[in-house]
Amino acid sequence: MTQSLKETLQLIPVFSVFIGSIIDNVKKIWAQLLSIVLAFLTGAIILLVTGYSPIDAYSALLVGSFGNITSIGLTFSKATPIIFTALAFLFAYKSGLFNIGAEGQLIVGGFAAALVGISFPDLPSVIHVPFALLAATLVGGLWGLIPAVLKVWLGAHEVITTMMLSYVASHFTSYLVTYPFKAPGWVPQTLPISSSAELPRLLPSLQVSVSLFLSFLLIVITWYVFQKTSFGYEIRAIGLNSSTAENAGINVKRGMIFALVISGAMAGLGGAGEILGVHRRFIDGFSPGYGWDGLAVALVGGLHPVGVLFAAILFGALRSGGIVMTRVVGVPLDIIFLLQALVILFVATPKLVRYIVTRGNTK
Amino acid sequence: MTTIFDVITVGLFAASIRLATPITYASLGGIFSERVGIINIGLEGMMLSSAFCSVAISYFSNNPWLGLLGALLVGLLLGYLHAILTIKFSTNQIVSGVGINLFAIGFTAYMSQIIWGSRGASESVNGLGVISIPLLKDVPILGKIIGTHSPLVYLMFIVTAVSYIILFRMPIGLRIRAVGEHPAAADSAGIDVIRVKYLGVIISGMLAGLGGAFLSIGHVNLFVLGMTGGRGFIAMAAMIFGKWKPLRVFGASLLFGFADALQIRLQSLGILPPQIILMIPYIITIAVLAGFVGRATPPSDYKPYEKE
Repeated sequence: MTQSLKETLQLIPVFSVFIGSIIDNVKKIWAQLLSIVLAFLTGAIILLVTGYSPIDAYSALLVGSFGNITSIGLTFSKATPIIFTALAFLFAYKSGLFNIGAEGQLIVGGFAAALVGISFPDLPSVIHVPFALLAATLVGGLWGLIPAVLKVWLGAHEVITTMMLSYVASHFTSYLVTYPFKAPGWVPQTLPISSSAELPRLLPSLQVSVSLFLSFLLIVITWYVFQKTSFGYEIRAIGLNSSTAENAGINVKRGMIFALVISGAMAGLGGAGEILGVHRRFIDGFSPGYGWDGLAVALVGGLHPVGVLFAAILFGALRSGGIVMTRVVGVPLDIIFLLQALVILFVATPKLVRYIVTRGNTK
Repeated sequence: MTTIFDVITVGLFAASIRLATPITYASLGGIFSERVGIINIGLEGMMLSSAFCSVAISYFSNNPWLGLLGALLVGLLLGYLHAILTIKFSTNQIVSGVGINLFAIGFTAYMSQIIWGSRGASESVNGLGVISIPLLKDVPILGKIIGTHSPLVYLMFIVTAVSYIILFRMPIGLRIRAVGEHPAAADSAGIDVIRVKYLGVIISGMLAGLGGAFLSIGHVNLFVLGMTGGRGFIAMAAMIFGKWKPLRVFGASLLFGFADALQIRLQSLGILPPQIILMIPYIITIAVLAGFVGRATPPSDYKPYEKE
């Protein structure tokens, strides 16, 4: 009892730093919130024009995402992989690199985790789970290393190479689960992982697994690295101006390689969370675009690890609440993807948001 | 026993040309955007939206040619959106493109449920049909390959040639290239840099629109959820493989179209896993970018231009 109380107390400084960083960013947060509001208003217009009540739709969305414990569980379960991919995007972005291939890194990481999960049925859980996570981290990191090396030594633009590698990952794993690793049956998927490799779920009836806490941990680590370590400082310096950083004696090439490898590793870990915690086997096409969501969430989160958490919950809520909205109000589910796209466009365009708001004021 | 040579038929080459068509349009679109210094990874979404709108317009008006016009208009609007966001509001080019892609997926899926009540596919509509070229279609072999196609296939040959002429044989092409390569120099030479940038990105959207229209009213005559299937990204690959030059890019598109056609044939025969062939365009692109297969230097540094 006292032990757990002590642990809780130890969390307080971490928590207060979190709150502190929120207060520091109040202005930025307002801008993000305003963008989100504008996106939802635009969505409301689309709903109205197509004959639905935006109030009914949005309240169903809210109830569906936070109305009871099951829906909250679903929201967090959908948010978990997006936290990983968003942190992945953020980490590379801080070094000035655009990793838009988190989707592929997540997929190969998931596959590696599944492979380890299937292959060693006799391992005890305490070894098997970390082993599978490690494999995913390494393979995801490798998928980040390729574009890093191509960028640093051969000058290949990482936007294109990471994107192309995503497609390679998706086709290659699709090949692997359609031929060499296919489980009997029609669906292209592997055999189920052994129970010793499963990430425990928080409640038996919910999909949300301890992978969520792993993502929280990663948020804190990312925040710590960029705020408190010289490595994080170097990465940010490279991102701000690589030639100045070079002149200041920072090894830019090494920094970029590290940033992309860590980025890929984070996405890979996210894939492992999905496979070990949710699906418990590798299914072809298991990711409904978590990589792209990550990019969006990193931006909506203001490229801040704590912001990422809230933005991921928003996107998770859209995915979980959308299902209820469709069932109750009958609005096609795809309105949520429209909303997500609008949120991205508004958040990425602060000048436009300011333009709209000031015009409203002068009228 | 079936061997890989049994799938090499006249029909395979005809299919290659059909499958190369949307890639060609979109990759030519990619050239015009990148030549003015703006990356357009929204090609995929612009194609998808145009594919949808051309079907929707053809559905309501029974006139596929109006649908084609609609596709051009949607391409123009989305190109304009990408231009205004990236040029006027300095939105990151990649983010704007990703936003447009996601918007297109959501919008087309949502609207097809509103119009047809089905998420997967629309109803069949009047398409543009096919035309036969009188003398060409009687030539042995060649006639079977390129003798009878959608009018948009023939337009593709024209648009490729025109793109080449505009970019490399006309003063406007010089301006376009100058704006991408060295905007400050272009500016001091009296070129309206901003206007040329808008022009390039809008043309890019319209070409992607033609690619989208071909997919829907030029090929299967209906709209299918996500029917572009990553062709916008393949088009970017073709653009890089073809080094941002229309004729080479056309060649690259034909190659990728061939790979796609081959993949479909092999799928039914089970000789070689189709996924392996599907990976080829992406691996080639990475190899080209890395300089393993000839060096590809982008025509611009893609930095936003601020007038001094």
